[in-house]
Amino acid sequence: MIKPTVREKKVFGVADVPEDTSFEAGYLVSVNSGWRSIRPVVNTEKCVGCMQCYLYCPDGVISIQDNKAVIDYDFCKGCGICSKICKPGAIGMERER
Amino acid sequence: MEKFLSGDEAFAEGIRLACPDVISAYPITPQTIVVEKLSEMVEDGSLDAEFIHVESEHSALSCAMGASAAGVRAFTATSSQGLLYMAECLYYASGGRFPIVMMNANRSTALPWNIYGDQRDSLSQLDSGWIQAYAENAQESLDLALMSYYIAEHKTVSTPFMVNLDGFILTHTYEQVDVPTQEQAKSFLPPYETENKLDLDNPKNMAFSAGPDTNYIFKYKEHAAMRRAIPVIQEAEQKFSEIFGRRYTGLIDAYKADDAEYILITLGSIAGLCREITDKLREDGIRAGVIRIRYMRPFPADEITEAVKQAKAVAVLEKDISFGNEGTVFTNICSALQGAGLTVPAYNFIGGLGGRNISHQNIIEIFEKMQSGKAGRVNFIGIEEGENA
Repeated sequence: MIKPTVREKKVFGVADVPEDTSFEAGYLVSVNSGWRSIRPVVNTEKCVGCMQCYLYCPDGVISIQDNKAVIDYDFCKGCGICSKICKPGAIGMERER
Repeated sequence: MEKFLSGDEAFAEGIRLACPDVISAYPITPQTIVVEKLSEMVEDGSLDAEFIHVESEHSALSCAMGASAAGVRAFTATSSQGLLYMAECLYYASGGRFPIVMMNANRSTALPWNIYGDQRDSLSQLDSGWIQAYAENAQESLDLALMSYYIAEHKTVSTPFMVNLDGFILTHTYEQVDVPTQEQAKSFLPPYETENKLDLDNPKNMAFSAGPDTNYIFKYKEHAAMRRAIPVIQEAEQKFSEIFGRRYTGLIDAYKADDAEYILITLGSIAGLCREITDKLREDGIRAGVIRIRYMRPFPADEITEAVKQAKAVAVLEKDISFGNEGTVFTNICSALQGAGLTVPAYNFIGGLGGRNISHQNIIEIFEKMQSGKAGRVNFIGIEEGENA
């Protein structure tokens, strides 16, 4: 599973900016999850690794590691779709503090 | 081969020779014939292209952008309201640096509704980031169809290109046109190759957003690319003349301007009539000259100021008005004159809006007013109270 990682943000000069409006795919320089009020939490006992949450997540922040769903909280917006779609009921939503 | 063609038909022949891979266009008067001819060529197999029928001009250019993003040559055509409807996409195409070619049939903009020619449609889009050329006759239309791809797709330019033909006066008027062979066209125009495309082996993020830090660097690069088009236009015309034997003169076409005291600057199909009047005035000992602007973007500021530096007066005749100010071509020229430190009197003549005829007499009077100085800064031809407007 290829997942982009957050890289160090650098200042782009004229020479760094491409001629056309295109750039290396998945070039992330900042996290984006500040408005999340509730967060999905995976119960690994119940998770069967069916990948439904991975397929439905609108932000692509779920990956499957060791046959269990793992959520990237740097980018999860807390929409709750993964929790809704999870048939074994392995993903609960918890209030952010 | 010599053929008897209208401007629209000549342009379609030029596009056939340029072999675009995708054509997406929505018919609108007076551009319709281009789309009809190209669809017939695709149907009879003389042009191997995908012809995409779209439901609007917004979609027409969006489809062309999709094709260009897939790395192939794309074409679209429109006019007037259609150009305005696709305006949002114009900026997308130029910002994405997709070298699409579009033919625009210059036509007035509503209201009042009118299908006849003026240049208010394309001139309203000068800031959209497209190269803008204005053809004078059917032959130049065909030739620009070929040259536009050469210039737009050039690696140092990669900028979309709009070729403008005066509605009806040029799009629907028949002339004798030399149509080159496919072999000649192939030797002129190389196949389109680009890195700016969707590529499974080299995945890219395309057509993205860019924040305040970098956004303006992208805009600077668009500007720099447009300026780099100037030597590429010369290069294209040089190669074109070697293969086809027709020589074009870059951003402007100056006629008897070298020693002219009174110079009329204009663009599009009216230039022929202006040259005719110039010859007539020269017989009477008046040193008249004409400059036809071939490219509005990149703007030929240096070329124009060099050509008018000895003039006693210049007039700008255009089929455009920026309400509340003056004609936009005039604004551009005044800026160039100021930049070159020229203080020559300059007069703006607005005419031909909504297809209204500009007569011999109108042009003679423009030269008379240049000589007498009895003209306002902005003058509406044929409207008394429009003088000194």
